[in-house]
Amino acid sequence: MSQTKPYRVSHLDALEAESIFVMREVMAEFERPVLLFSGGKDSIVMLRLAEKAFAPARIPFPVMHVDTGHNFAEVLEYRDSRVATLGLNLVVASVQEAIDSGHVRELPDGTRNRIQTPVLLAAVEKYRFDALFGGARRDEEKARAKERMFSFRDEFGQWDPKNQRPELWALYNGRHHPGESIRVFPLSNWTELDVWHYIAKEQIPLPSIYYAHDREVVERAGMFYAVNEFIKLRDGETSEVRRVRYRTVGDASQTAAVLSEADTVEKVIDEVAATRITERGATRGDDKVSEAAMEDRKREGYF
Amino acid sequence: MSQAVLETETAPPARMDLLRFATAGSVDDGKSTLIGRLLYDTKTIFADQLEAVELASASRGDEYTNLALLTDGLRAEREQGITIDVAYRYFATPRRKFIIADTPGHIQYTRNMVTGASTADLALILVDARKGLVEQSRRHAFLTSLLRVPHLVLCINKMDLVDWDKAVYDRIADEFTSFAAKLEITDLTIIPVSALNGDNIASRSENSPWYDGPSLLHHLEHVHIASDRNLVDVRFPVQYVIRPQSTTVTDYRGYAGQVASGVLKPGDEVMVLPSGMTSTIAAIDTADGPVDEAFPPMSVTVRLNDEIDISRGDLICRPHNAPAVAQDIEAMVCWMDESAPLRVGAKYAIKHTTRTARTVVRGLQYRLDVNTLHRDEQADGLVLNEIGRVRLRTTLPLLADEYRRNRTTGGFILIDEGTNRTVGAGMIIEAR
Repeated sequence: MSQTKPYRVSHLDALEAESIFVMREVMAEFERPVLLFSGGKDSIVMLRLAEKAFAPARIPFPVMHVDTGHNFAEVLEYRDSRVATLGLNLVVASVQEAIDSGHVRELPDGTRNRIQTPVLLAAVEKYRFDALFGGARRDEEKARAKERMFSFRDEFGQWDPKNQRPELWALYNGRHHPGESIRVFPLSNWTELDVWHYIAKEQIPLPSIYYAHDREVVERAGMFYAVNEFIKLRDGETSEVRRVRYRTVGDASQTAAVLSEADTVEKVIDEVAATRITERGATRGDDKVSEAAMEDRKREGYF
Repeated sequence: MSQAVLETETAPPARMDLLRFATAGSVDDGKSTLIGRLLYDTKTIFADQLEAVELASASRGDEYTNLALLTDGLRAEREQGITIDVAYRYFATPRRKFIIADTPGHIQYTRNMVTGASTADLALILVDARKGLVEQSRRHAFLTSLLRVPHLVLCINKMDLVDWDKAVYDRIADEFTSFAAKLEITDLTIIPVSALNGDNIASRSENSPWYDGPSLLHHLEHVHIASDRNLVDVRFPVQYVIRPQSTTVTDYRGYAGQVASGVLKPGDEVMVLPSGMTSTIAAIDTADGPVDEAFPPMSVTVRLNDEIDISRGDLICRPHNAPAVAQDIEAMVCWMDESAPLRVGAKYAIKHTTRTARTVVRGLQYRLDVNTLHRDEQADGLVLNEIGRVRLRTTLPLLADEYRRNRTTGGFILIDEGTNRTVGAGMIIEAR
């Protein structure tokens, strides 16, 4: 062996190798995995990693979208075109259908973040999914920082932070009884900046709303919300057209845009590196409820 | 601390290397503050996080912005002022991306330290300069050596509270160095710091003119980790067999996995265990095309020139450099379960690389007191956080190396087959 070769890999290659390892472990050890695909950038990166993990074979599991009914049109189009290109089986778990059938009840404020959890759990039960890939990252939020790569959920989908399995080396324990499941987070060790660097390196197309564009928005508590069928002007509010982009894509009634001129992936990377506010802090009304909002939702079965 | 946050001028480059480190300390020695300081000084803390911490500090009546609140994530932790689980943190400098496994130091949490150290390139141990080494400092040093973390940093913290007295530093450094000499610690760096004030964290402090070593961040950025990987022994545990069911790709059969150690090249003669069959590497594939060589930590797909029956849990190596094919295993085991102890005669599932088997505990030679290193040969079991030398017999052969030679093919976990919980972590001493 040559002594002069450094045999080094970049941090992005190391992260990719780890994520691919995790996906292959799941495919080898579980009966019915599914990948949660929302059309958001993290799930898009996860889908690319799944392509790479099993090439030249097709991605060997279906994808699922928990659809709150509050969508950005660009994101739904993107979802459908990706699914078609890759020849995937798409399962849509619809919050609207669950409301219509009386399975869940619309909250008085009309937000649907919290009521997507029972819809997700019902779909897991219906299709008997035993492993669910999620795009969550540990840098997103304090409760996520303590979650395992393989996160055990009981038959109610609940996360118990005090009773997590120790995770040593790359030895993931995915054992579970029927009805229980494992949430798997292959991007656990990625940061927002890593995700953007990877999108640039892999030249992964994204829904257009991730890049700067002109949009009619209304400012609420320092956040810029698109004015559309889900967000209507209240008394005394005025809208304006601003140049914005989305840092995260969640429920369209809850997700705010940030002011931005970044219309290419390189400009976004510069902007993300220079920004001083976390992506959830800047864009998610749902996390502002309390200091433990995410922890509480996860205990109920949320991702 | 309450001033506006500095702006980052340039984006970290897309190509850095990666260093994973584990932090350990005892209660109140300032570990969370140190991590908060590293995040703050590398501009990783965001304005909304700092704002939340400032608000929380003020409501608790803290006199300064309590950076420890940045890392304590769960409700119970904030209420009790403790850390209950391993938390992972991320920061980057232009040279490296860092992953911190932040492990709590309470006596009952050896489990978490072992977990955090298992993947670490470097361990960072804190002591309070006023208190010197305590029982937990010795335990953390021992666990670092047991898990064979290649690099160890001792931060002597709160130096401001001993007036930056060199004699205090020397005394603690000498005591620690002589203790470490009894352990297998290959690289030790000792740094006097004040995490609260930032001395010797991101840059050298004027308060310690007698100290001529690096700042903590400088050391983390420059410590040489490339040689820590084992590039000699080819070990490729097969994870998954890729066989496309497709009309366009026919007759493809690839063995997917992550290189545990060594360098694989097309044309290399290889042996497959446990069968012992030999072949040569036809190609090493990735989704981006074939590669000329594969080395850790690459995830690749290997194709061979001969049709051999290979499945998950098998291992590809070189004919003259193979691991043991062994059902009798001697190992140090750290017990991680509170509900039931490890007992001689008990059966567990064992996961080792990509292979899962069943195992029975044949014997417990001794339980090790992790504070005194005393061996108790009368022990009849291991309870939570205890470590002992254990003899196992497995239903299937493991393809195993000594842990000291290979952290991937030398480590395993034990799983309770009733509860499915991960109950033990093992480091192989001998496999035959």
